Amino acid sequence: MSASTPAGRKQIHLAAHFPGVNSTTVWRDPDSRSQIDFSSFQHLARTAERGRFDFFFLAEGLRLRERKGRIHDLDVVGRPESLTVLNALAAVTEHLGLAATVNATFNEPFELARRFASLDHLSGGRAAWNIVTSSDAFTGENFRRGGYLDRADRYTRAAEFVEVARALWDSWPSGGTPRTVRHSGPHFDITARATLPHSPQVHPVLIQAGDSDEGREFAARTADIVFSRHGTLEAGRAFHADVKGRLARYGRTPDQLKIMPAATVVLGDSEADAQERAAHIRRQQVSPQTAIATLENVWGRDLTGYDPDGPLPDVEPVPDGELAQGWAHMSDRFGIAARWRALAEEKHLSIRELAIELTARQSFIGTPGSVAAAMDEHVRTDAADGFILVPHLTPGGLDEFVDQVVPLLQERGVLRTEYQGATLRDHLGLGRPEPRPEESA
Amino acid sequence: MTRELHLSVALGSAGPRPAAHWTGLVQLAELGALDFVTLDDSLDPADGDGRLDAVAVLAHAAARTSRIGLIPTVTTTHTEPFHTSTALATLDFVSEGRAGWLVDVSITEEAARATGRRDPAPAPELWAEASDAAEVAARLWDSWEDDAEIRDAATGRFIDRDRLHYADFEGPRFSVRGPSIVPRPPQGRPPVAVVLDAQEIDIRWELAARHAEIVLLDADSPAAAREARTELRRRAGRDDLRVLVRVGLAPHAGPPLTGGLDALPDLLAEWHAEAGTDGFHLVTTTPTEELPAVIHDVVPALRAGGLFRATHTGRTLRDHLGLARPDSRYAVRTEAAL
Ligand SMILES: Cc1cc2nc3c(=O)[nH]c(=O)nc-3n(C[C@H](O)[C@H](O)[C@H](O)COP(=O)(O)O)c2cc1C
Repeated sequence: MSASTPAGRKQIHLAAHFPGVNSTTVWRDPDSRSQIDFSSFQHLARTAERGRFDFFFLAEGLRLRERKGRIHDLDVVGRPESLTVLNALAAVTEHLGLAATVNATFNEPFELARRFASLDHLSGGRAAWNIVTSSDAFTGENFRRGGYLDRADRYTRAAEFVEVARALWDSWPSGGTPRTVRHSGPHFDITARATLPHSPQVHPVLIQAGDSDEGREFAARTADIVFSRHGTLEAGRAFHADVKGRLARYGRTPDQLKIMPAATVVLGDSEADAQERAAHIRRQQVSPQTAIATLENVWGRDLTGYDPDGPLPDVEPVPDGELAQGWAHMSDRFGIAARWRALAEEKHLSIRELAIELTARQSFIGTPGSVAAAMDEHVRTDAADGFILVPHLTPGGLDEFVDQVVPLLQERGVLRTEYQGATLRDHLGLGRPEPRPEESA
Repeated sequence: MTRELHLSVALGSAGPRPAAHWTGLVQLAELGALDFVTLDDSLDPADGDGRLDAVAVLAHAAARTSRIGLIPTVTTTHTEPFHTSTALATLDFVSEGRAGWLVDVSITEEAARATGRRDPAPAPELWAEASDAAEVAARLWDSWEDDAEIRDAATGRFIDRDRLHYADFEGPRFSVRGPSIVPRPPQGRPPVAVVLDAQEIDIRWELAARHAEIVLLDADSPAAAREARTELRRRAGRDDLRVLVRVGLAPHAGPPLTGGLDALPDLLAEWHAEAGTDGFHLVTTTPTEELPAVIHDVVPALRAGGLFRATHTGRTLRDHLGLARPDSRYAVRTEAAL
């Protein structure tokens, strides 16, 4: 019901990703501003609110990435701590949801549940938590527990973490008295009374980002939103069908989980103009140095001698060559290298062209009219329920989209012209979670 | 000319009132040109109303104020030092240089069981750990030199990684590798504050001597305050230490107020002259009642006596307190090595 207007058009959910630490941001552009000053966060958040977006989104990384034993220096580095920025943004926005990515491995449930409840109180019910599970010994070196978790344990800890957090959020009903939560499990053993009564949303909107079978199952059981990488029509539909198909097992209906892949938008006066701008942006994102670095992460060896505009290296990857730390783990180097070689041969790609092709994600490229139509088609045909837009410029990267595409989506009747409710759950059409009456953790 | 005093206020801990309530109080304190506000916090299950996270409340207030210093309590016993350091650096960014950190520990059994990570420990052990947490925070704040971001298009480098440094801290309770994920905050290092009792020289004094730039002092006489300040500066071996005497505003709430708010300006002037301390930290119990009286009555009286500034003259908390912005310890080392 909530997903459609009276005319029956499925509504598009939009989120704005503050482009963080990666090669998305074209920091060489003269319009690129600070990645860290509050004014940048405020600009992007206010733009998103002007565009009637559902929420503003921050990613997280808890250790600076390294290559060849040294800090990676080619991409934007340095970002603030998410919850603190979002609490400040809550003061300069009114409706926009505020989503923080926070790792379930390097935090404790009592403390984090309280921090999210605080954001939900201070923002009047606009908080969301993107629960990530990435963990390794490298990141663990910044934390007390020092260690990391095996792949298999990550989601069991995350699931238990969320269970405890929910018990805490539920345990102090509005106008009631707080109950004591007792929990004893493989990862946590706590006895606690919540420090805060129900926040406006009872508990924050839960987002999951992670693609494995365990990740998808965790999403189906727990999350309100999935942040995915599957943005193309075909991959999106397959992912959508798979994840939504898992919901019934947990007594949930398909509209209780929104699938929102990452996407970029490049606009032009004509299709050709937009394509040209997109190609230019991609070349700026993947500098010659970044192209070589992309390959080195798989080859596990120094490739600086190779010409980025020339063919792929003729040498084989080093099996255990851990050149890079802080990137997604490479399990099958030879397989990946073979696939990349085949792709480069088939399409006649240089190293840099291949890196550009590999790091591409769903991108809407065209005139405002064709972009609005394409986004609508993705959502209408269940390739997605909306998008997390990742601009390539900080902080003005969504200005054009909001000025030129948003009005067209609104004309189509697929994007709100005004916020209808107060909370992020209202924007998402999710309804208020039913606090569980009995202590159950 | 009369020596000016520093004036700040403790707002207690943040019950779950709407954000506008807390922001309104901070704005009122700013109107009075106070140096800073403090907001208490703890991970103990709350009594009564409940309690919001202090960094969160002050981050929210930061976006609606522009001058006043913002000092949340963050306890070190159950919190990751890395998270504490990045949250406070971020508070410094969102406030454009107005953050501080009131260090405290959590000794209660309840907090230990709520977090579930460790058993309660004796106070001296917890304060030693707090001192380590302050050391780690400082190293992480310094771990990016101020000019580490270079955006050098020619070489494709966004940062100069030679100006980023590992914190490499190893202690009995934790180790942290670094560098920070947050660049160096606007103040270099947000000033560290700690509450001490003039009567009782304990392990907290070590933390103060090593890390604090603001001491909030309980003292029951000007002479005791004077002595404590001298002793602190001696131990610290530096004079960038501001000692503010804590004054309870409610009857019987703490030393040394006896005569009610009307008598406060004279009393503060007297103490200021006799104790040689740097100012006062006014501790409210009902801030909605006491803060307006402080701003509308006490502050003007102090101004009339030439003891307090009419407006903020600087921008950052360090500016207000007359504390210099420190260089990154790592930058100094690099130069020394040349
Ligand atoms: C779209 C997407 C975004 C992600 N963003 C983050 C992030 O901001 N921070 C982080 O630590 N991990 C992030 N991750 C990593 C996931 O938390 C997870 O650890 C990783 O995907 C491995 O889990 P999986 O095996 O289920 O995919 C992201 C993953 C995906 C798919």
